[in-house]
Amino acid sequence: MRQDHLISAANLSRERIEAVLDRAAAIDADPAAYRQRHAGAVLALCFFEPSTRTKMSFDTAMKRLGGTTVDMGTVESSSVKKGETLADTVRVVEGYADAIVLRHPSEGAAKMASEFVDVPLVNAGDGAGQHPSQTLLDLYTIRERAGLDDLSVGIMGDLKYGRTVHSLAHALTNFDVRQHFISPESLRLPRNVRFDLHEAGAQVREHTDLDEVLPELDVLYVTRIQRERFPDENEYRAVAGQYRIDSETLDAARDDLSVMHPLPRVDEIAPEVDETQYATYFEQAHNGIPVRMALLDGLLTRATEGGR
Amino acid sequence: MSDHELRVSKIRNGTVIDHVAAGQALNVLAILGIDGSEGEGVSIGMNVPSDRLGRKDVVKVEDRELSQSEVEVLSLIAPEASINIIRDYDVVEKSRVDRPDGVVGLLSCPNRNCITNDGEPIASKFTVVDDGVRCAYCDSIIRDGIADHLDVQT
Ligand SMILES: [Zn+2]
Repeated sequence: MRQDHLISAANLSRERIEAVLDRAAAIDADPAAYRQRHAGAVLALCFFEPSTRTKMSFDTAMKRLGGTTVDMGTVESSSVKKGETLADTVRVVEGYADAIVLRHPSEGAAKMASEFVDVPLVNAGDGAGQHPSQTLLDLYTIRERAGLDDLSVGIMGDLKYGRTVHSLAHALTNFDVRQHFISPESLRLPRNVRFDLHEAGAQVREHTDLDEVLPELDVLYVTRIQRERFPDENEYRAVAGQYRIDSETLDAARDDLSVMHPLPRVDEIAPEVDETQYATYFEQAHNGIPVRMALLDGLLTRATEGGR
Repeated sequence: MSDHELRVSKIRNGTVIDHVAAGQALNVLAILGIDGSEGEGVSIGMNVPSDRLGRKDVVKVEDRELSQSEVEVLSLIAPEASINIIRDYDVVEKSRVDRPDGVVGLLSCPNRNCITNDGEPIASKFTVVDDGVRCAYCDSIIRDGIADHLDVQT
């Protein structure tokens, strides 16, 4: 089995992260130089649950490298609906494409799929598990804004089900970063993520109150608290309100704080924050293209070299 | 021989699994797929006083010697167990169990949303961590009640 899939942030060493981020910076500086780099290459987009933005982002990245994409379409219209296993689907798709991007509602789906194929496979989100390409663009954004060492990063919201959070927390253990996790008690980090952070010797603190820690943060990474996680609407409102950011909240923040969010947001960041120097989330979203170009470039280049 | 051990009868040929955590004897049999239907003699001592464990279970299975893979599996729920192979009333081999690095196809993942519970053509796979096991696919950790997740055919 090949080793250069991207399944989990646990596969991301500091060296590999820096290689992708450096390449992304080079692409950002001179996108034209990459325009024909993978002409003729095909990327398969296998999205077993809808995610328009992530899919568009990979689609755009591949096309800007000169390649093309094939899209499985929606699950409703595909053979998956007829009961085909994921293992069979990816083995068939492997024959069409030079690399596969997979989004799937079950945890561990990408890991399993990667065991059945010989082309590079990128996990674009598996259930509440991992979302490592999002993490790379998050890290790129943090590096552009504040560097990646000697930092205090606050991660706030739904830490239990938020796969972007799980991947980011893993990846940050490669750097000199103090991680602060801010969430309601019921949405704390899951046990396996806390286990990994502990194993990695990460500097971690957990909070229920943002005020405790806001003044020392360089980065505040906000995620959405989903209504469907709560049995009771009132309980949801009580919790969600406490983790909402507006310009008043940010009075206590450092001037150079970056507020990030994987988007889409609902109301956890007030629109008035968009116009402040803190708002980094749109920049973060735009960084998805050069970072995913860099990621695909690395995987496709290695794949070609491996074939020689 | 101490009088504690007399509570469980001696066997001529077979395996004595000693120092099983109290209450786990039936799970040990479940793991080994032993239910007496093959006609093998099985005796169990439960909550026997023990110097090392306070209380322990003892399992004796006649005319059956455990394989290495069975011993590995056993170690997950009975890490303190010792295995005595008996031939003609003598202990010919005495060993402690070793925790394996991982187990395949033996446990089912407690995470209902895990891909291993989706009917895919793969066996479950767990790595053994400090005080439990961890699904190699979804990363869920099982610490307590590992025996509850046994995927044994009965
Ligand atoms: Zn699992």
